[in-house]
Parts: sequence; C-alpha cells; structure tokens
Amino acid sequence: MLQHIIQLLPQVLVDGITLGFVYAVVAIGYTMVYGILELINFAHGDIFMTGAFIGSGFLFLFISLGLMSSLPALLVFLIVIILSAMITGGMGVAIERVAYRPLRKRNAPKLIALITSIGISFILEDLVRFIAEWKTGNYIVTAPSLFNHTFTIDIHSIMPFFNNAKFQSSFIVVLVVTIIMLIGLDLFVNKTKWGMAMRAVAQDRETASLMTINVNRVISVTFFVGSALGGATGVLFMLQYGTIDPYIGFILGIKAFTAAVLGGIGNIRGAMFGGLMLGLIEMFAAANLSTLTGGLFGSEYKDVFAFIILILVLIFKPEGLFGKATIEKV
Amino acid sequence: MKLKRFIPLMAVLALVVGLLAGCGSGSSSGKSLKVIKIATQTPLSGGSATLGNAIKLGAQLSVQDYKAKFAKLGYKVVLAPYDDMADPKKGVSNAQDIASDNSILGIVGHLNSGVAIPSSSVYEQNHIAMVSPANTAVELTERGLKSVNRICARDDFQGPAGANYAVKTLKAKKIFIIQDKTAYGSGLASAFRDEAKKLGAKIVGYEGITVGEKDFSGVISQAAATKPDLLYFGGVYAEGGLIIKQARQQGMNMPIMGGDGLDSSSTVSIAGPAVKNVYFSTVVGDVTKTEAGRKFAADYKKQFGKDIEGYSAYGYDCGGVLQQAILNAIKKNGGKLPTRANVETAVRDIHNYDGLATKVDFDNKGDNKYAKIYIYKFDKASYPATEMTEIQKTK
Amino acid sequence: MVKEWFHKFSQSSRAQLFFIITYVLVTCLGLYLLEDSASAIFPFLLVLLSLLILYYMKINVKLKWAIGFIIIAVMIPLSASQGSNFQAFMDVGTLVLIYVAMSLGLNIVVGFAGLLDLGFIAFFAVGAYTYGIFGSKQANHFMPFGHYPLPGDTFWIFIFVGAIIAAIFGILLGIPVLRVRGDYLAIVTLGFGEIIRIVFNNMDHPINITNGSMGISQIQPPRIFGYPIDTPSEFYYVALFIFILVIYVVKHLENSKLGRSWKAVRDNEIAAQAMGIPLVKTKLAAFAIGASFSGMMGTVFAAKQMFVDATSFTYLESTMILVMVILGGMGSVPGVILGAAVVIILNNQVLTDLSNWMTSLSTAGILNVPDALSPSKMQRFIFGILLVVFALYRTQGLIPHKNKKVDAERLKREAAAEPPYGNSEAKTNLEGSDS
Repeated sequence: MLQHIIQLLPQVLVDGITLGFVYAVVAIGYTMVYGILELINFAHGDIFMTGAFIGSGFLFLFISLGLMSSLPALLVFLIVIILSAMITGGMGVAIERVAYRPLRKRNAPKLIALITSIGISFILEDLVRFIAEWKTGNYIVTAPSLFNHTFTIDIHSIMPFFNNAKFQSSFIVVLVVTIIMLIGLDLFVNKTKWGMAMRAVAQDRETASLMTINVNRVISVTFFVGSALGGATGVLFMLQYGTIDPYIGFILGIKAFTAAVLGGIGNIRGAMFGGLMLGLIEMFAAANLSTLTGGLFGSEYKDVFAFIILILVLIFKPEGLFGKATIEKV
Repeated sequence: MKLKRFIPLMAVLALVVGLLAGCGSGSSSGKSLKVIKIATQTPLSGGSATLGNAIKLGAQLSVQDYKAKFAKLGYKVVLAPYDDMADPKKGVSNAQDIASDNSILGIVGHLNSGVAIPSSSVYEQNHIAMVSPANTAVELTERGLKSVNRICARDDFQGPAGANYAVKTLKAKKIFIIQDKTAYGSGLASAFRDEAKKLGAKIVGYEGITVGEKDFSGVISQAAATKPDLLYFGGVYAEGGLIIKQARQQGMNMPIMGGDGLDSSSTVSIAGPAVKNVYFSTVVGDVTKTEAGRKFAADYKKQFGKDIEGYSAYGYDCGGVLQQAILNAIKKNGGKLPTRANVETAVRDIHNYDGLATKVDFDNKGDNKYAKIYIYKFDKASYPATEMTEIQKTK
Repeated sequence: MVKEWFHKFSQSSRAQLFFIITYVLVTCLGLYLLEDSASAIFPFLLVLLSLLILYYMKINVKLKWAIGFIIIAVMIPLSASQGSNFQAFMDVGTLVLIYVAMSLGLNIVVGFAGLLDLGFIAFFAVGAYTYGIFGSKQANHFMPFGHYPLPGDTFWIFIFVGAIIAAIFGILLGIPVLRVRGDYLAIVTLGFGEIIRIVFNNMDHPINITNGSMGISQIQPPRIFGYPIDTPSEFYYVALFIFILVIYVVKHLENSKLGRSWKAVRDNEIAAQAMGIPLVKTKLAAFAIGASFSGMMGTVFAAKQMFVDATSFTYLESTMILVMVILGGMGSVPGVILGAAVVIILNNQVLTDLSNWMTSLSTAGILNVPDALSPSKMQRFIFGILLVVFALYRTQGLIPHKNKKVDAERLKREAAAEPPYGNSEAKTNLEGSDS
C-alpha cells in the first residue's frame, strides 16, 4: 500500500502543484478584498472565468489575424495574458463601483453585499455564455494550445521506488508566471506606497482616511490588482487545461475561497500557502483514497477529505494557518 | 410615511405586472389553424446544455417537417421549450406548468434521468405523453407508467453491450472504470462493470469524479499506475473529453471507451488529437449514412448554424413519434382535437415508426423494441466517428 | 389633498379593513374568472400582494393573522381551483411554503444568532433522505428488521423524526462552530454542506443506504385516514400546516429569553457572555432549531417529489436560501417570508412565464433572436440583475428588521405602580404591541 502511494508521489506532486498554484492566485483575490472590506466577493470566481474567456478570445483573434505564425508562442502568450489582466482588472473596478460602493455609502449591512456579488456572478456567467455561444455556437470553448510538448521526469531510473512523472510545457509556464505574480504582489503590498496604503486601510479604514489616504481609491486599486491577478490566472487555466466553460468560476471559486480561509483569510501569504496545500491535498486524495481505504471510499470523496482537513485545521487553529488571533475588545 | 415605503415595491410590481399584461395580449394572434403545442424539457442552461439544446433543436426541426401534415387537418403545432436546468425541482415545477397549459399534448424530454423520474409522475397524473430521447436509467420505465416512453436503449442494455465489445473484440483483460457520480454515469458504469466481470475481465479500479471540474489528473495517475488494457468512462463529453486528453498526456495509450454521453462533437473539440483510439457505445446510429439523414444534417446546419449532435436526431425522432401519434389520434377522433389521454395511448400504440436514427415500436413498458446499440471509434480527430458494429437487443 | 386623504385612511382601521376585504375579493374574482387564460398569473400575483398590503395595515394583530390565514388557506386555493392552472399554482405555493419555512430556520441562525451558514441545505437533505429511505424500498437494503416501504400513514410521524434527525445534525455541525468565528464559520458550514451532499451521493457502497447517485424513487405518498396525498393542492395544506407550526415557534421564540440571548450573542458575543448567557447552549440551540425546520420541510419535499437524489441539495441551493434571508431583511420575520416568496415566485413562475411568452413571440416571428440569446436561457441572467437592483435599492432588505420599541415612560410608570419582581404583566403587554 505504502509502496503504491510512494510510486505515484512524483506525478501527484506535479499535478498538485499546478492545481495548487491556480487556487493560490485566485485565493489571493478573495483574501485581498476580504482584508480590506471584510466582504466575501463571490463574483471573484467569475472574474477568473471571464479572464479565461477573454484570453481565449484574444488567441482566436490572433489566429484569425495570422499573427500566430509570425510571432513566437511565448510572446503571443505574454501579450494575451497582459491584455486579459488589464481588462479583468478594469472589470473588477467597475463591479466595485456599481455593486459595492453604493452599499458602503448607504451604510448597508455587510451581508447585503453578498447578494449583489451573487447577482453579479449570475450576470457574468450568463453574459459570457451568451457571447461564447453566439460566436462559436457552443459555450464550452476549447482554446488553441500554445505549449503542448510533453516532458518526462525520469526519476524512476534514479530512485526506482518512484514512478516517472509526466508534464506539459504549459506546466512550466504556469509555474513561472504564477511565481512571478506572487513575488510581484508580495513586493507591491509590502514595499510600495500603494501597498502600504492598502495595508493601512485593511487595518483601520477610518484612521487611514484621517491620514490623508483616499480610501475609495485604495479599494479601487485593490479590486484592480485582485481582479487582474484573477483574470491572468484564468488565462493560465485555459492554457493548462485547454477547455473552459462559464461555470468554472463557480466551482473553482468555492475551492479558492476555502484555500483563502485555510491560510487565514485576509493574509496574502496565507492564501498562497493555503491554495498550494489544498491543491496538493486534493490531488493526493484523488490518487490515493481508494488505496488507503482498501476500496471503501474512492476518489469521489476527495472533496470530503479536503473539507475535513479544513475543519480540523480550523478547530485547532480557528484563525487559519497564518491568521493572527485577534483579541476582541468589548 | 407608509406611502414612501410602498413606492419602490409598487414600482417593481408594476414592472412585473406590465410585462405580464403584455404577455396576455401578445399570445392572442388569431389564425384559422387550431394550435397544438408540444413541449420540450431539457437543460438549456448549465453544464449539459449542449445536449439539451441539441434535443430541443431536433424537435424544432421535426415540428417544421410535420407542418404540412397538420395544416391539412386544420392544425398547427407549436414547440414550447422549457429549461429544466438539470434540476429536479425546476423540472417538476415546469411539469406542473406544462400540465396547466391545456394546449400541450406531449413532451419531448428529459436529458437527465434524475429530473425525468420525478417529473414523469406529474405527466402521469395529467396523462401527458412523454417521449424521452436520452434517459437511459432502467428505473424510468420500470415503474410501469402509461405516459412514459423512450426511444433510446436502457443502461442495462447499453452497458453490457459495451462490455461485450470491450472484452470480446478489444480483448481487454484489465479494465479501469471512471464514472461521474451522476445517475447517468454511474448507472452506465455499474452495468458495464457487472457484465465485464461476468465475461472474465478484471476490474482494477472503479473511481468517481466531480462533474464540472477540469483537472482529473489525480484519478488518472492512479489509473495509469494500474496499467489497464482499457479505460472506461461513464459520463458525458465535458468531463470525458478532458479525461481522454489528460490520460493521453500521462502516456496512457490504451483504448478508452465510453457511453453515448461521449457522442458529441464537443468530445473531439475538447480532447483534440488525443481522441484517436477512443470507442463509445451509443444508442444513435450514424444518421449521415442515409439520404434522409444527410438532408437532416444539412437542414440543421442551415437553420441553426451548427453541426448535428448525436441527440439532435433523437430529438427529431421523438418529436416525430409524438406528432405522428397526435396525427393518428386526430384521425381516430374524426378530425377533432384529441384529449391528452387519447394522445397518451396513441403514442404507446405507435408501430414501426421509421425514424431518422432508429425505428420505433414501444413495448408495454414504453421501451423501444428496436433500440440498438452501436459501437463507434474515433479514428481521427473529427466528428462523427466511424461506426464499428451494431448490436441488436437479444431479448 | 391625496396626502391628507391617505393620512386619514391610515388612521382608520375600519376603512383599511374594508379596503383589504374588497381588494381580496376583487382579485380573487379576477383569478377565478381569468383562471384558464395564459395571463392567470397576473391576478394570482395580485392576490398574493394582498398579504403584503395586509402586513402594512394598521389593524388589530389577531385580526390580521386571521385574515392572512383565510387568504392563504381558503381564498387562494378556492379561487384558483376552477382552472387548469390550479395544480401549477399550488405547486408554486407549496414550494414557497417549503422555502419560507427553511428561510425562517436559516433566519434564526443568521438573522437572530448572527452565525453565517453557507451549508444550510444539508438539513433539508437530511430530512428528505430520512423519509425517502424509509418511505421506499431502499431501507430493505440495510435494515435488519422490518418491512419497507413503511405505509404512507407513517409520514406524519416522519415529519417529526425528520425534524429531530436534522436537529441532531445541526448540533453535530455546531460542535466545531464553538471555536470558529465569523467568516471562518461560513466556510466550515459550507464544507459541512458539501460533505453531507457528497456522502449522500456516494453511500451506495460499502452499505447501500442512499442508493448513491441513482437516487431513491417510488417514495410512498403520505396518507391520511386511508386517503393518499399526491397532488400539489393537497401537499399545499401539508406544507401550510408545518408553516403555521414554524411561524408559531418563531414568533414565540423571537422575544423569548432564548431569542433575546441570540440577539445578544449576535450583537456582541463577549458582552453577552459576560451577562451570563451560556454561549455554547445558545448557539447550539440556534443551529438545532433552524435545522429542524428544514428537516420537516425536507420530508414534505421527498414525499412531494416521490424521488430524492443529491442533485437537489447543492451549494447553490444553500446560497439561494441565504439570498432569501438577506434579501428579505435579516432578523425580520415578515421580511424573510417576503424574500423567500419573491425569489421562488420569480424563479419558478414569473421568469418561466416571461421566457415562454418571449419564446412564443419569437416563434410567431414578431421577435427575432439568435439561438444563443433564446429567452428560455435567460432566466438566471434576469434574476441576477433583479438581485443587484433589489440589493442596491433596499439595502436593509425588503422589510427591514425593527427592534421592538419599548416605551420607557410606560415602563417606568408600570414599575412604579407594581412591587418589584412582579412585572410579568408588563411583559405580556409589550409582546402584544409587536406585529
């Protein structure tokens, strides 16, 4: 049994890291908004989805313009991902303007923003579906693949108790780009003026506004950065898995939100770690659950497994792995 | 003070009321032809909408083709599409709506057995004939309802037929099975598993996945480790296409097999070149082999701008069966509008209806005696696939 | 002029009583006459509107309840009963009652006790499966004794069995909750809801308890005195019975000691604890009572559908119930009822009718829409827009929660008039003033 699990380990690690990175970047979007507004932005998963569709739209456009043959794939990819990120970032700002800011102005209860975010998420899903179905005749869109060279890590010949792991070249792209994004974000939040303003607003909005910080603009910037990251991850997702539909955002959104909580919501490094961990747990469970339980519980229980781990973590560490315990004063 | 509170509410209500008032006036377009409606109830939004929409469009085309026949008798058939969202609650509530519209005499639907089973209880109470193009769950017709019919084959025929082909023709000894944990996928997969076991193959794994996800590499690496001769997938194209693709990426080059859920152009577009060496059993024959079928495909393309799906022809045939039955009932009734109960019996009495995809003749449970299973193979990345063999019901 | 007239009207309870009775009679007559046409929904909605108008009337509270009850239990079914739309309306009515009861349950958890729950549908599933398993042949697969399906007469017991089992699950969920707070709680409940759904969807092996993803079919219809209940109009009364029970419980709990401790915990946990409110017990009670409402309606749902499978209990359903509660106005009982009714009627009646109407227009050639924009696919989209609009214009919910106003002067007077510790009379007086 153990031997079987060890055999699979390299492949599980490769796949888990891919999925985990996607979760991590989307989770950051949740965590950033939550950190500042204490709002679960349900529409964030759908911004991720929209990013994937915008990215594939650009790819199709480039193909029809004949740019693909004249430009290297990597350059095309960079153009696409930056354009998509800019557009989804703008969308995030617009959504905040339309759906959240009026509520803040009117001093509405925090949970009412949940309703607008669910509403926005329905609207986005259907809007994207309309456009995709209108243009392609089918809302399940398969994007042209840019990087599909398969590599094999020949770990078996070095350590014979491992099986070989295989991955696509898109895996490397996903890995490199997310790491760049994560480091960039970390620098942005911790080293720049805007980052400092964001942290200030997250800590205490009123005091921050007294310190000449334009709170509304900081919130806009937060939504822009979070949504741009989400959109860019959408493009990566499309690249890695090839097929997208308007409902990926909903399913991935739940997972990413879970990851954000696992790491301690409001904490950016926590979200990174939580996402990675959730991806690995899920992949491990999918590959090994039935071996572990002797066939009683198969991989269909992988989400149960992940949620049980989450609940256990929260029972022993109620603020998430990286969250700080807040002392509540009366 | 109270007035102020009423204003926004009243405004919203006035809007709704206004829209609905328009609804009343809009539908009264007087014509000399008497209107009969047939409904379709399939998922038009959500994850399996490609298939649901294909059924609806097929039925729509059949309504057009029957137009002249009905006009001769002084009737006009109108299609009323309903969206069941693949949700049992919505399906039942739509069914009640359908029941309340007296001009609806029959239903083409559903796609999901989980929706069809509760909704059909409502149809039964109201004697609305249902002709299903796609519900393969055994349970549906086993309840002995008079109104429920299907033209497709049942799981307990399709699964074993697939297993037979896999074990006897493809010589699979070790089979790994993945299923999508829906009523359709697990029904098919368990029927396949039982028969394959009986035929002497070894089932090296039986795993479930979550519908709607995109990354199945966990299950696939588990499957790859067992080195099976054949991978079987019970489920539909959205996940099936990805499983095929991801399995090939992990170097699993053995044949992959599935059920009629893979019978869609989307399988090819999702899986891409990886789709080679994929087999599937389906209840739908290759319609483009016949002249009528080619015409159907061309009409469909012209009308809706899409290529046909496997279920398009089935939707077309269901619409055809239903309308033929209504015609029969009208004739029997001396040209007068038949009741729902008349149509219900007329549907069950359909004999040797020559459809596009299948011949139709219902037995006393409402199953199609002529339902056949076809095995297809993707030789190249294009749809439709090539037909390998057809299997007749032995019963 | 109009304002003055309105003011007069709002002061006179007799005029209002007259108005509401005329209104109900006229709209019911409209429903009765229009019943067979496609626009029957129009008077149907107007009749339902009378309940809302009734809520805003300034008349005796008991009379209000009585009129409301008559409208729901007699007038609507009676005036709808003549036409072909009858069962369809009653089906929507049943669904409304089911969801209203569930939203009231969730309102206890979210609105009163302030515990955000994203997995509330799990309790509904528990109730539905409880009756589903024993009301069909399913129980034969694992029960060592007894003969199944149990006869439909046992349904009435199962309503309470479902409530109790759901309450037990509520307490189970509550245990981790004791440590986790705020939005962390939301994710724990979400996880719980998903775990329940996935487990129900997979429990066909090793022991076949729920028949896995194939679902449980052929559930026995309930029977009363040998008479089977199997049409929506009959289920309407079953649901109504439970609804009245739920309303009774909620109304009594809201201002009881427990109800006040919930609100105290919601507003400030630590302060509440300092005032001697047992935190654990209070929170668990909220979960258990809220869950039991859902459990009861779950059994009705299973009996009505005659089929249960896990696809009815997804995470989306949980959020929809949450939407009903927040949209209606958290903590406000009439608000939550309105919220649930609006969401269900919109989704199951109004938007479906609207899309049918637009489809008929486009088949008649008046409207030309591409297939991708086919109106039958647009329900979610319209619903999304309505949600945003509602939330932006009614930020406190449709009927905001009002804290009971206490007249300080009167309290003082009464306290002065009575000896200390004997102010029970004052309390009952206060309860009467709440609507």
